[in-house]
Amino acid sequence: MEAGKCTGCGMCMEVCPHEVFRLEERRAVIAARDRCMECGACEKNCALGALSVSKGVGCASALIGSMITGGPPTCGCGDGGSGNCC
Amino acid sequence: MPEIKLILKPAAGHEKSPVEVKTCCGVPEPVRAEWATGTVDTPSGPVCRVSATLTRADRWGGFKCRVSSFRDRYSVPPGLYAVGEPGMASDIFVSANYKFSFDMLRCELSGMSAWILVLDTKGINVWCAAGKGTFGTAELVNRISATGLHVVAPKGRLILPQLGAPGVSANEVRKETGFRVCYGPVRASDIPAYIAAGHKASRRMREVRFGLADRLVLAPMEIIPAMKRYPLFALVILTVFGLGPQGIIFRDAVSGGLPFLLLGLLSVLAGALLVPVLLPFIPFRSFAVKGWLAGGAVLLVCIKAVAVFGPIPSTLTWAAWIFFPMASSYIALQFTGSTTFTCVSGVKKELKAALPVYITAAAVSAALLLAYKLLSWGVI
Repeated sequence: MEAGKCTGCGMCMEVCPHEVFRLEERRAVIAARDRCMECGACEKNCALGALSVSKGVGCASALIGSMITGGPPTCGCGDGGSGNCC
Repeated sequence: MPEIKLILKPAAGHEKSPVEVKTCCGVPEPVRAEWATGTVDTPSGPVCRVSATLTRADRWGGFKCRVSSFRDRYSVPPGLYAVGEPGMASDIFVSANYKFSFDMLRCELSGMSAWILVLDTKGINVWCAAGKGTFGTAELVNRISATGLHVVAPKGRLILPQLGAPGVSANEVRKETGFRVCYGPVRASDIPAYIAAGHKASRRMREVRFGLADRLVLAPMEIIPAMKRYPLFALVILTVFGLGPQGIIFRDAVSGGLPFLLLGLLSVLAGALLVPVLLPFIPFRSFAVKGWLAGGAVLLVCIKAVAVFGPIPSTLTWAAWIFFPMASSYIALQFTGSTTFTCVSGVKKELKAALPVYITAAAVSAALLLAYKLLSWGVI
């Protein structure tokens, strides 16, 4: 997190599903890093580019699948053209 | 039931005649469903109105999604829908085209007048689709344009589910479309309270929880995939126990293999049901360890119970201790994909430690089973 870029808009606090951020002296701070699930919502919605997250799926079967196939981890929900496609 | 055609609006500035929603094969697909109750006239043509009440069929569909791969083909056509009598300044709720997500949203809009903008997420729920990027900025911007939202609800505010945020940049959407993006609550059930509070989500509404009910509804999707491998396991066990110098003897296969088959079943339940249900109460943070403890506890009870009827060969006891808790551990580790809090770096760390153990344990238990066979034949 680049604290210097933060304007304290609170967007990261709004999108974070695990209350990782807290506002201190009009700036967001990472208050509970352990709770972060690396979804990347804060990075995506920080208009100032103050945050960066190495995002990914915390799913064992996706990671095992990726080790076997050598491809990117995919969680299986709809991968491979399911859904409303024929 | 009247036939209702869902109409997609042309983009602003491209006023051609409206087009019907098409499937990927290019075949026009009229919406002919119980939940489509009529149309609402808008400046750019009629929009499909949907019911805010779920029918028995909707609930049955939701149940099937929880227990089977039915969810892979449970979708609604992407586009704009109406609830009640929405106008130019009505709220626009954005959702995925997974029918279950769509149903969860519309049943919370009872008594309201609002728009529902359904994105093409390939039939996947909001959170997963946001992670994949299909519930994303580009799709939202395109869908706003394709449905002519600028003409239909120019003063409306886009309310996105909070869990869509990993895929959408509110800032970019505003820059490209002029629409303001608000992130609503995590759960659709909090929408009425969110609206009543003046479009403000409380801390509780923003937090993802993972209570007993949430964990329990996910258990079938852990048990079913694990049970798909069970016939192979059963075949191996029955073959090993039935195999004698004269060939495979059915009576030996059943009498010798049955305890192992039951233990296999209980290991699946320990990893796929016991761990999700007792998740916060089983010690240690690691899912692999939680699974091992649950499997180990179940095995201990079983061995004590079986010991009442007579002694168990020590090679088999060792094989059981090495294999079954490990199987529960592996199954429990799969639950990381269903939780709302595991992160990729944590799961990678767990896998790095657990995979070599799993491979070694599987090999050792197979070797012990072989040793038991050779001992019973008097070879060693």
